[in-house]
Amino acid sequence: METMKIHDVTANDLPWKIRYDASRCTLCGSCTAACSFRAIAPKVERRRLVWSESEYPEPKSRYSAVPVIRQVKSIRNYCRGCGICEKVCPNDAIGPERNVDTRHPIVTRCLAGDSVKRGGRKNLEGTTRTLDKMRIGRISQMTDPSLDAQRHTFDMLAPFGRILPPGQLPFQVGADGRLEKSGQAPPVQWIYPVIIGDMSIGALSWRMWEGVAMATAYLNEQCGLPVRMCSGEGGVPVRLLKSRFLKYMILQIASGHFGWNRIVKAMPEMIEDPAGILIKIGQGAKPGDGGLLQSQKVAAHIQAIRGVPKADLLSPPNHQGLYSIEESVQKMFLSFNAAFKFRVPVAIKVAASATSVSVFNNLVRDPYNIVGGFFLDGIDGGTGAAHEVSLDHTGHPIVSKLRDCYLAATTQGRQGQIPLWAAGGLGKTGDLAADAFKMMCLGANGVFTGKLILQMAGCVGNDMGRCNACNTGLCPAGITTQESALAHRLDPEKVAQNIVNYFLAMDQEFKKLMAPIGNSSLPVGRADALVSTDKAVADRLQIQYVC
Amino acid sequence: MCRIGAIKSSEYIHPSQALLLMQSQQKGHDNSGFAMVMHDLGGIFKNYKHLPTLSLACTDEGLKLAEDILHEAGFSRVLQWVPETFHRPGLDINAMPNYVFETFNYPKHLRNASAKEKEELLLDMRLRLRFALEEGDQGYVYSFWPDVVTLKEIGDPRDIGTYFNLWEPDDQFTAKVITAQCRQNTNYDIVRYAAHPFFLQGYTALANGENTFYLKNKEFQRKLHRGYIGFESDSQCFLYSLHYVHRELGWPLPYFKHVITPLPFDEVERREDRDTLLAIRQSLAHLEINGPNTIIGVLPDNTLFTCCDAKKLRPVVVGRTPNMVAISSEVCGINEIMPERDWQQDIYPNEREVVVVGQDLEVQRWKQ
Ligand code: SF4
Ligand code: SF4
Repeated sequence: METMKIHDVTANDLPWKIRYDASRCTLCGSCTAACSFRAIAPKVERRRLVWSESEYPEPKSRYSAVPVIRQVKSIRNYCRGCGICEKVCPNDAIGPERNVDTRHPIVTRCLAGDSVKRGGRKNLEGTTRTLDKMRIGRISQMTDPSLDAQRHTFDMLAPFGRILPPGQLPFQVGADGRLEKSGQAPPVQWIYPVIIGDMSIGALSWRMWEGVAMATAYLNEQCGLPVRMCSGEGGVPVRLLKSRFLKYMILQIASGHFGWNRIVKAMPEMIEDPAGILIKIGQGAKPGDGGLLQSQKVAAHIQAIRGVPKADLLSPPNHQGLYSIEESVQKMFLSFNAAFKFRVPVAIKVAASATSVSVFNNLVRDPYNIVGGFFLDGIDGGTGAAHEVSLDHTGHPIVSKLRDCYLAATTQGRQGQIPLWAAGGLGKTGDLAADAFKMMCLGANGVFTGKLILQMAGCVGNDMGRCNACNTGLCPAGITTQESALAHRLDPEKVAQNIVNYFLAMDQEFKKLMAPIGNSSLPVGRADALVSTDKAVADRLQIQYVC
Repeated sequence: MCRIGAIKSSEYIHPSQALLLMQSQQKGHDNSGFAMVMHDLGGIFKNYKHLPTLSLACTDEGLKLAEDILHEAGFSRVLQWVPETFHRPGLDINAMPNYVFETFNYPKHLRNASAKEKEELLLDMRLRLRFALEEGDQGYVYSFWPDVVTLKEIGDPRDIGTYFNLWEPDDQFTAKVITAQCRQNTNYDIVRYAAHPFFLQGYTALANGENTFYLKNKEFQRKLHRGYIGFESDSQCFLYSLHYVHRELGWPLPYFKHVITPLPFDEVERREDRDTLLAIRQSLAHLEINGPNTIIGVLPDNTLFTCCDAKKLRPVVVGRTPNMVAISSEVCGINEIMPERDWQQDIYPNEREVVVVGQDLEVQRWKQ
């Protein structure tokens, strides 16, 4: 017998245990081939078979070497519970089981001397979400009839761009009694109120990115939904920059400034303006922490687009060399506005935090009218990779922060002047229409979403620690990997189809929610339509308490 | 269902016409109130058109309070009319002790001030009076403006008419423009201020329906102007939007409709003035209305108009004779006061239309 070493890692230390039934296994090898984490491997076991053929026990025994599948007991190649082996096994012989006795957070840190990193999911949530504690309670009655979601028309567009207060509109009354424009106003785009959130071409596989871009174009050109997609910080393929599809893209610049060189160089050849520019100051899933693209994911094309070597790519937590958000906003706004000749709205994305309302208050008072949108990102969302401790323990939920910003604007009589866009776990339960609707009632002009898009594509991760391996470059679904073999598991056409279908369904659902409250345009600021059965939530958000 | 109506006439008419216009539209139980605003006054007010008249419902204490404040500010009373009231047991009316219409001269030092200055002063005075009387429920100040009187009461419209003797036409209490509503608020508290029509600095508005963007409108309007207060009813928002667009921003009347019921985006895209329309929609998104509405409005120059919500969910009809135009939520009201008119000339405005009754009763139909 081998000596047992107490400090050896065993399956019981890991978050998932493999359930394996040798009697069903035909050793086809499907599971081991499919496990991108190499968490299972074939192994040979020595088996002893004892039998007796006579009337009296006359045991005979035979030893044989039997091939089986075994879990790899290593903190490097541990099972993520992604369930791919189960999916591919033709005989239902294998699958992961959650190990409630896991010592993973401890052994990993002890053995690796490094913090735990994983993909962007918040795995601590146990309670009902705030959004689920609200219902749409103000249903129109006889005097204020509800609309017919099928028959009536709805105006489902949200602004992206700096909105001038009425007194500042460059108007004069002409001789014929009509208003005429007498000056310039900042550019504003009216777009679908759900933006596909900023997931960079480095974070996603190229096939995933292509699928999302395809869906965006299809939604615009075939379905009449002017959905915009934000590039994320990774830069954009030059072919796309020069194509007519650029008009559906919001280009992002984050603190790493990755990919901007290429964008700037491609400008003379752009035949369309981008839909907007989004300056990322912070993100909600790991506020105050920079982006983390591990070298495994920095494939050749990413190196080319970003102009970097194959190394871990860290975006610093903030734009270096700039003194304050206001300063950075002003500098960047001026340069981007100038670059695109004041034709393209420029917005800012900040992480929801205890101070984000003050930032918003400052921006909304800006005399230059430069901020074309305030994107507020809360925890519970996120697709990127980070240290687990940041994902789980920093940040601010989005709902009250969004509400605070809206009410701050209301107090100043400036609501709507800087459109509010919010994200952070929206659509987490799969029902984005309801979440977005409630956020709008609380004051959002629109929402953006990232993680849900991954789920539409077939991501197997969840908020209870399944998979969450987006950082490893080994995404078993081919979504967040640059490994060619894994990426080829993903069918971009299917991704596009799923996204398009989801958006169409969501659009229907939006109308189904707008109709009963008698609204034919977006319910922005209609907090009177919401009720909560939770007194604390009702008080905090200034909505009606019902019981 | 709310009954609303308005009459503009080339001759001075008595409020009994407005009561008749309203009465035949009554259905079911909607007897919670009656209110009216009269512009372009005749009768005893005819010779005081340039001087402001205060419309007040109050207690004795309230009256004293109001007069003291006005006198202290330098206003001097030139005319007082206290309508005779007829109380009978069984009348469904929740009356205040006094109804007072008083015309004042401006303080001496302001007699030669600009119109604008006077108009701001009148508003400030009305707000001051209102706040002063609000304490201890001493009274309600409906309007303080030249050539305008306002009456609002809670109760059965028929009984209110009887109480104020409004059924009996006379030539003392007349006007060329009268707007009226029967029924109090249905969605919010029943208080005197909540009854339509609402009045502010020469503008009057009333509506038939529900503004589901009430909260949104209200939150925005509160910060726009010191006169935008109260918000006892969701329909008050229409008045403030009208005042803001027409008076404060100085935009021509057609833009009121563009603000409250903006055209759908795809239609705006096809218009020559798309830049203007988009800029308006963006900037004043919070003044948009949603929900079923017919709106009737009066401008300071006594122009009368009506328009509807963007989906045309509430009825309205305009009938006319050579001397009179009436707007009413139901045609039966017009039949009552203008039985001899050519009903084929009646106008049923659509969701994209503003029907405007200008000087000399000329009726225009504007496409949005
Ligand atoms: S569940 Fe996923 S990670 Fe675990 S063994 Fe199966 S394929 Fe590998
Ligand atoms: S399936 Fe891919 S995208 Fe989803 S959690 Fe796993 S690694 Fe991340």
